[in-house]
Amino acid sequence: MKKFKNADAFRAAFPRTLPVMAGYEVLGFGFGLLLQSKGYSSWWAILMSLTIYAGSMQYVAVDLLSTGAGFLSTALMTFMINARHLFYGISMLEPYRDTGKVKPYIIFGLTDETYSLVCSGEVPDGVEKSAFYFWTSILNQSYWVTGSALGALFGTALAINTKGVDFSMTALFTVIFTDNFLNKNSRLPAIIGLCVSFVCLMIFGASNFLIPSMIFITIALMLFRNVLSKERRREHDQHNT
Amino acid sequence: MINTTHSLIIILICTVVTALTRFLPFLLFPSGDKTPQSLKYLGGVLPGAIMAMLVVYCYKSTVIFTWPYALPEIIATGVVVLSYLWKRNTLLSIGAGTVLYMFLVQVVFV
Repeated sequence: MKKFKNADAFRAAFPRTLPVMAGYEVLGFGFGLLLQSKGYSSWWAILMSLTIYAGSMQYVAVDLLSTGAGFLSTALMTFMINARHLFYGISMLEPYRDTGKVKPYIIFGLTDETYSLVCSGEVPDGVEKSAFYFWTSILNQSYWVTGSALGALFGTALAINTKGVDFSMTALFTVIFTDNFLNKNSRLPAIIGLCVSFVCLMIFGASNFLIPSMIFITIALMLFRNVLSKERRREHDQHNT
Repeated sequence: MINTTHSLIIILICTVVTALTRFLPFLLFPSGDKTPQSLKYLGGVLPGAIMAMLVVYCYKSTVIFTWPYALPEIIATGVVVLSYLWKRNTLLSIGAGTVLYMFLVQVVFV
């Protein structure tokens, strides 16, 4: 019986993960290629995609590795980049309740893309929810791992000139920034983040500006809380009417 | 490439801290207690601001005052932003921008 339940859940989950497959194969490929260009073999790409499993963070981790970053700044950087996961978790407390032995894995696998597939909390009819969440999560990670491995292998095999491939990280964050800028709700936070970081870069220099930036961004966001919460509420009301 | 031990420790820290951000809510609010308002607020606005910080981080070592005067960065960024405004396709913009940038630094502005 268990087997049939799993097969149903797989059949329900797989088509829903196809858009993520496209995204993860390409972004994972870029990550693998980038890591390989810094002298790390494909095993490193696979290891990182199995253990860290966080898209933008792994691009930044390539930089942390190639510059030999300190442990404290690595920890802080990771925390700030992934802090948004805290809020995904908060909204998944209820749906992920009573999911039994797959619970640790589906929490571990709660990336932006997986969250976008499960956040509605809806599970297709006749499918066991823990199995559905499990297949969605593990299929997504399998795309990410294979994409990273392929990117690293491709880079090694073709020995192409990878100079400039670092720009993929810049392009990724520039796109996310542009998208945030276009959205009324996230425009002011994006501008605050940009201005504060730029000022910190000027004051503290390229190798020391991240930690002060994170501190001052948090302070600035708290100072703008009234304006921003009001804007968010207005937006929310407009959506509801 | 830095040495293997240092690399493994960095990966371990990234792994533990990433997992921490995912598990913490389930450990802190096991019964779905009300989360503090200020935390909810930061959850909404922090990601956008941190992404902007990462943009600055990516350009931090760009050379502006000597040849090629950041031209590869400016051109490729322009293509990324404009193609995104046009097609709203993340992967297309990243792919086009990266390939163009590689071409510029390898062939044009050598």
